[in-house]
Amino acid sequence: MNHDYQRDISGCGLTGVISKKKRMIGGDVIVRSLCLMNDRGNGLGAGFAAYGIYPEFRDFYALHIMYDDESSQRTCEEYIRNEYHVEKAEDIPTRPVKTIAISPRVVRYFVKPLRERMEGGIGEDDFVVRTVMRINSEIEGAYIFSSGKNMGAFKGVGTPSEIAEFFRIEEYEGYIWTGHTRFPTNTPGWWGGAHPFTLLDWSIVHNGEISSYGINKRYLEMYGYKLTLLTDTEVAAYLLDLLIRRHGLDIPTACTVLASPFWKDVDYMDEEEKEAITLLRLTYGSALLNGPFAILFGHSKGLVGLNDRIKLRPLVAATKDDMVFIASEEAAIREICKEPDRVWAPRAGEPVIVALED
Amino acid sequence: MFKSLAPPEYLATIDTDKCIRCKRCIQNCGWSVYSWGGDRVLIDTAKCVKCLRCYHYCPVEAIQILDNPVRFRQNAYWSYHHIRNIKRQAETGGIPLTGMGSDQPYPVLFDHLLLDACQVTNPSIDPLREPMELRTYLGKKPSRVEIERGDDGKIRTTTEMPPQIKLEAPFMFSPMSFGSISLNAQKVLAMAAKECGIVMNTGEGGLHEDLLPYRDHIIVQVASGRFGVNPDYLNAGVAVEIKIGQGAKPGIGGHLPGEKIPLEVAKARMIPVGTDALSPAPQHDIYSIEDLRQLIYAIKEATNYKPVSVKIATVHNVAAIASGIVRAGADMVYLDGFRGGTGAAPTIIRDHLGIPIEHAVAAVDDRLRQEGIRNEASIIAAGGIRSSADVAKIIALGADAVAIGTAALITMGCTVCGKCYTGNCSWGITTQRPELTVRLDPEVYAERLINLIHAWSHELKEILGALGLNAIESLRGNRERLRGVGLDTQTLDILGVKPAGR
Ligand code: SF4
Ligand code: SF4
Repeated sequence: MNHDYQRDISGCGLTGVISKKKRMIGGDVIVRSLCLMNDRGNGLGAGFAAYGIYPEFRDFYALHIMYDDESSQRTCEEYIRNEYHVEKAEDIPTRPVKTIAISPRVVRYFVKPLRERMEGGIGEDDFVVRTVMRINSEIEGAYIFSSGKNMGAFKGVGTPSEIAEFFRIEEYEGYIWTGHTRFPTNTPGWWGGAHPFTLLDWSIVHNGEISSYGINKRYLEMYGYKLTLLTDTEVAAYLLDLLIRRHGLDIPTACTVLASPFWKDVDYMDEEEKEAITLLRLTYGSALLNGPFAILFGHSKGLVGLNDRIKLRPLVAATKDDMVFIASEEAAIREICKEPDRVWAPRAGEPVIVALED
Repeated sequence: MFKSLAPPEYLATIDTDKCIRCKRCIQNCGWSVYSWGGDRVLIDTAKCVKCLRCYHYCPVEAIQILDNPVRFRQNAYWSYHHIRNIKRQAETGGIPLTGMGSDQPYPVLFDHLLLDACQVTNPSIDPLREPMELRTYLGKKPSRVEIERGDDGKIRTTTEMPPQIKLEAPFMFSPMSFGSISLNAQKVLAMAAKECGIVMNTGEGGLHEDLLPYRDHIIVQVASGRFGVNPDYLNAGVAVEIKIGQGAKPGIGGHLPGEKIPLEVAKARMIPVGTDALSPAPQHDIYSIEDLRQLIYAIKEATNYKPVSVKIATVHNVAAIASGIVRAGADMVYLDGFRGGTGAAPTIIRDHLGIPIEHAVAAVDDRLRQEGIRNEASIIAAGGIRSSADVAKIIALGADAVAIGTAALITMGCTVCGKCYTGNCSWGITTQRPELTVRLDPEVYAERLINLIHAWSHELKEILGALGLNAIESLRGNRERLRGVGLDTQTLDILGVKPAGR
């Protein structure tokens, strides 16, 4: 177990929007909302996640990969073609931005795992997760930054407007969007380090500094997760993956684990609930995210906003018809929704869970 | 009379001008240093152990206990203690005994570790305004939980909760038997444990009936002597501990001489009055890990599956041993570091066997994680916990809770003089002499011990607050919040801690 790592810390602003009826929302909307919070970032990182953007490839995992150079691309592509059927491979469309001097090559692949490579009854999702872990920790210069179906993350070093311009965000349409602007305090600018952080169709944007990072990391390592980014966001993403996908907890219960209620409140719950919450706390105490955070996590069926157990970071939510907005600041919501039906500040540790209507 | 060639360690002195001849020092000294000479107090300084009982009870500050300035010629290699021990052994042919933990100047890792604090990028938390959770559960934890959601939206679980010991703060009192300490001292521990919502441990001396009211706060111990063990005893507390070894004397048994077995001790131990109480070095039914497993499950069967703890001394291969213990079914592994205290141990053993608790906890926590069985058992760290800072550091290294022995005795008056094995403790702690034990009023001293636990709990909360944490489990194993100062790379590697500045 490696302990001699440099952790990556940052402050930031985040915003997200979802249409419960799956109406398509243009990329320009999230860009406007995010750009309003420019002062929450310092131009060293921004990004977006969008769901519903690849309907014609909805059955394929969309791998977004950044490459430092041609040789890393060659090694990585060889690996992928060995393990996957590749339906389509193409450069992610970008446009030159004056202020972005250096950028990695960004390529996307629509893939399906090859049956014969999936030994030991491993499921497709687990197979893809393994690929992400392998490539990101073993192939120097290659980094998978998005791996879900019919969704994608776009991120890099720059201000929200620069990154939006670079990735031509306004050309995409999705039914869920999240966006993030970053204020790193100790990182050299690395494109992979920006948010959102994704795994399969999970995408996370996060504001805060997890004070329990060390134990969260060691806990995840017990389950085979390789933490290569050393950011809090990575920890949050893997914990959700473990709790929800691998341990089968529902989203509200997973939120209870990440931001556990205090014992003083648990002691007054009715017996059955108390027993369940106590057992969760005893079992998943090392997964408690302690310290200031506000996170938004998107997945193919919804959007969730969550604060730490004493609300040390801002998070505001609003609704308008079938739309729900969650952001660091109310202003970022009002920028794209002049007259919301309802605006509220979610309480500490109480998740805002929005599901798509079927 | 033959005068020992080993000069006395201390010089007890009385300022005769100040002395008012009240004779309190004569009454108070358990070692008979003082006697009445008709017009003044006579002093036999060779008997003095510097426990300072006399000093505290002298009303006029007439007493001074000095370290004997007469030393052998200074020699960086042949220390005073080496020469003195050889002389004593030449005179007696025996094994010099000692009490309490090792006082030798091995490096203290605790003093080379510093905790983190929050500034700007994450806020610290004020424990006076926000809840701070120290509650700790000891025992096996499931690796995952099945949750169902009822129609009312509330959750319930179908996963069974393994038996747990609930502690209001991550402390417990280390095992100290009735026999090695007085019943009054055990009562102090029991009363404080109850008041603080933690647990004490009987040690291997059986359970005196006076402690029964505190049974919800007692762990009963089964050691190699099997004193006082029967089904009622096993079921008397909240858990059972199998003692394999003790940090101060790994691999060594115990010997409580017959003169220290008066009626009450004999009853609790279920042995005849005045017989020597011998604890063999190993448990004679545990010669291997399979044997341990059988005993663990025999005890579980006998107690309707109460949690079982296994206590070992931290020896070189502690990580592998602990892993074996967990796989053998233990719910807790109690690690007793080489600094751990004792009522009596050969000095040579105490000072030269074992490894420090800091290394041991780090190694065991790592190993159990590598094997994916960290949730199977709780780690209890003991052996030289001196302050709440030590507690925070050892928890950050991976312990679930700590056990404190010496610190608890210090609240009862102990000055760590290290002469517990003589049975003359002037503070009434490690003695069975009735005129000495009456000095230890359980009510009065329980209050002090409760104060200590409360004080350390408050300090722990302050430390957590500075770290920006509000639950003890977020510190547990969180080595990211520790830094080493003046430690070599390999030690840092073993501890899993970065050097300061990184
Ligand atoms: S206790 Fe102090 S004053 Fe009293 S006899 Fe002893 S030395 Fe003298
Ligand atoms: S318990 Fe008594 S004899 Fe033992 S070290 Fe403390 S004061 Fe000395």
